[in-house]
Amino acid sequence: MWLTQPLNEKSTRLFLGLLGAALALVTILHLVFPQGHPMHMSIYTVSLMGKYLSYALLAVAVDLVWGYLGMLSLGHGAFFAIGGYAMGMYLMRQIGTRGEYGHPVLPDFMVFLNWDSLPWYWYGFDMAWFAFAMVLIAPAALAMVFGYLAFRSRVTGVYLSIMTQALTFALMLAFYRNEMGFGGNNGFTDFKDLLGFSLSTDATRLGLFIATGVALAIGYVICRGIVLSKLGRVSIATRDAEARTRFLGYRVERVQLFVFTVSAMLAGVAGALYVPQAGIINPNQFSPIFSIEVVLWVALGGRATLYGAVIGALVVNYAKSVFTGIMPEAWLFALGALFVLVTVFLPQGLAGVLAKLRGKGSDDEKDLTEKEAAA
Amino acid sequence: MSIRRWLEPILIVCLLIWPCMAASAEADGQALLTELAEAPASGKAAAITAIAESGDPRARHWLQAFADNKLSRMDDSGRFVVVLENRGRDWTVEDALTGEAIGEVSRRNLNRVRINNSLRSRIGNILGLLDLKVDDPAKRREAARELRGEVDAVMAESVESLMESAEDEDVRDYLAEALAIHRVQRGDVSAIDTLRGSLSSEARSALNKAASSDDPELASAASEALTSIEQLLKINNAAETLYFGLSLGSVLALAAVGLAITFGVMGVINMAHGELIMLGAYSAWGMQQLLPGQPGLALVLAVPVGFMVSASAGIVIERSIIQFLKGRPLETLLATFGVSLILQQLVRTVISPLNRTVVTPEWMSGSLMINEALSLTFNRLYILGFALAVFAALLLVMRRTRLGLEVRAVTQNRAMARSMGIRATRVDIMTFALGSGVAGLAGVALSQITNVGPNLGQNYIVDSFMVVVFGGVGNLLGTLVAGLSLGTINQLLEPWAGAVLAKVMVLVFIILFIQKRPRGLFPQKGRAAEG
Repeated sequence: MWLTQPLNEKSTRLFLGLLGAALALVTILHLVFPQGHPMHMSIYTVSLMGKYLSYALLAVAVDLVWGYLGMLSLGHGAFFAIGGYAMGMYLMRQIGTRGEYGHPVLPDFMVFLNWDSLPWYWYGFDMAWFAFAMVLIAPAALAMVFGYLAFRSRVTGVYLSIMTQALTFALMLAFYRNEMGFGGNNGFTDFKDLLGFSLSTDATRLGLFIATGVALAIGYVICRGIVLSKLGRVSIATRDAEARTRFLGYRVERVQLFVFTVSAMLAGVAGALYVPQAGIINPNQFSPIFSIEVVLWVALGGRATLYGAVIGALVVNYAKSVFTGIMPEAWLFALGALFVLVTVFLPQGLAGVLAKLRGKGSDDEKDLTEKEAAA
Repeated sequence: MSIRRWLEPILIVCLLIWPCMAASAEADGQALLTELAEAPASGKAAAITAIAESGDPRARHWLQAFADNKLSRMDDSGRFVVVLENRGRDWTVEDALTGEAIGEVSRRNLNRVRINNSLRSRIGNILGLLDLKVDDPAKRREAARELRGEVDAVMAESVESLMESAEDEDVRDYLAEALAIHRVQRGDVSAIDTLRGSLSSEARSALNKAASSDDPELASAASEALTSIEQLLKINNAAETLYFGLSLGSVLALAAVGLAITFGVMGVINMAHGELIMLGAYSAWGMQQLLPGQPGLALVLAVPVGFMVSASAGIVIERSIIQFLKGRPLETLLATFGVSLILQQLVRTVISPLNRTVVTPEWMSGSLMINEALSLTFNRLYILGFALAVFAALLLVMRRTRLGLEVRAVTQNRAMARSMGIRATRVDIMTFALGSGVAGLAGVALSQITNVGPNLGQNYIVDSFMVVVFGGVGNLLGTLVAGLSLGTINQLLEPWAGAVLAKVMVLVFIILFIQKRPRGLFPQKGRAAEG
């Protein structure tokens, strides 16, 4: 079966092993060593790691469409945010009467805005199964509609990039409006509990961290499975020569739509896992700059490698935390320089450097190099 | 310095002559004011009229002070003064006749010339009439405008005589309208005809009142006139929306035109385009800092300076980054995005994270008044004109100059162009510099209507790409048309959707439009389109 195929692969095993080891290490550092011990890892750091892992899952989703489908999506933050908002709506409903205003049904911001009843699209979000289903369905639906329209009329390349950017920009503007019923520019915050577990306890947050790690592992295996499958081969063919693939009789737009939608769903899951750990979701996640930053993670890690996306997301976000702590104004300089340097000097990313150090590259990377040489 | 040396003797002579000339005027003024102060309540109206008709240039000042409760007589000297500051025990006053400052005077020494409300409203009207006699024609016109709806039975006659003697046509029209409003208020049906084409709110309110009156003839004539006015207002509103739309559209087109060159002609996705616009806006600010006190000159000079600043920034970007990423548009996009972050942070660190204000020169502020309901602000009008001029210049460059020819040749077939002896690298640099420079021009224009801050470029980058894609990549005229039409659509949607939702709808519209016509409104034809 296509999903178990990657498990026979050395690189996937290595990735899963490393990820599992990292999860175990963090858990041990947090649980075994008592507070105050120099080896102890605070729950704050654990949640931070959890956020990085959800970003890594988002980066994997972007790498799937950019690395293996050749579509530079500048709007994956939108899918991430929609997944996050779906989760946020569930968390808001869980607050119940514990909000500032103590309204049994309406979230605080609606009471504040004098809404008298719940908008129809909020129905059902008090049930966990419904909300979790929406985490997958809402981004997928958006990706399907957008992708169907775009791929049908063969909007690709830079046009698609610009369109995805416009999509997320439009959504950001829309979500900033109070009338949308998503909390306006404040978004959702003050979450209390998830599935009955209080979000303020260490155990829940550790659990969320581990859940994010597991989701990343599953997402990685799914992507790898797609890449190794026949559909993945067609997808790579589309990336390298769309017209030729079409002439060979493949329904290119269907492949594109499928991969794009799967990627959007993964991004949605990443957003849903991000929200309870960050404790907030607001329209900034829709901003074009966030989406484009995600692309940088992938570019830095190494396009079309999947594990490179994970490395890139972790490295950039760790650097961001360090930089913004020490000298906040330097971060944008560093980020900007990173964009320039990576694209000019490291077209293969860190993964390319690793491969060069080992003296060989994977097939996918070779494909990419050849394509660039031809262009 | 030299001017002052000339002026001083003249001033001294004037000051010497002035008291002799002023002596008789002062005596008259004193008499008029004494009359006003001493007349019984019933006779004050006559005293006011006497002052108004004296033709004394200070009459307005006196009546204004009187109406504001500021005209007083000093008990000891009998001098008339105007109170400037009435806090505390001693009040600051100046002489009403000579305007000379007297300083602080005890409150008890001042005897206020009393006034009542009916006198005050009468003075309001008389002041309006007085302004009709001033020398400045603009002020006369303004006074005539203000008079509409203010005319009462007492004034009607003098207004009529003023109207007949008025030389200025505008003044005459305004006064005729004022009189007609007055007559309609009194129930005169024949006056309604005069108000038929009027757009002023005073005329409308008079007609509204007449339409609900008991006199059926008056009511029907008034409501008929009102419908015709409504019609006119609708046309004017449409014209105003169109103007706002075109002006917004010209801003969009101006912001996008540089991109139309770098993206459309060269195929380079320059995400730092917004920041090049920002640099242009900051050059306008910088020029005004260099030339304090001359905002207009600074702004005019900022046009070439902004072009040069952004163009040089563009050359640096092209040489240091873009030339190494030829044929990899997505990587170019990422790298130039990095440049945009660096430029933003650079401005934040070097200048300030806060917005800077660029002064609007006098000749750009104010508005051109077409009629009562429609006035066009000058700054937007200038930007509209500027945008059209930039487009015309660019079209000339692209179609009529050697550079334009080479640019087109290199875009269509690089290898062939090079083999014909065109230095493609040089053309690349020139094209990118041109596109960037035009972004700088857009920035100079934008500095007049928006805040100049580090985020300026961010706000325009998505819009700019939308305009270029909508208009059809590689087509300058398409960009202009796209910008103007998107701006107009946005303005049309705004009244019933709100500003943000209108923008969202426009974006969604473009996203859907691109599905239908992936190559924009005006697609490029021929082989160049295949790239």
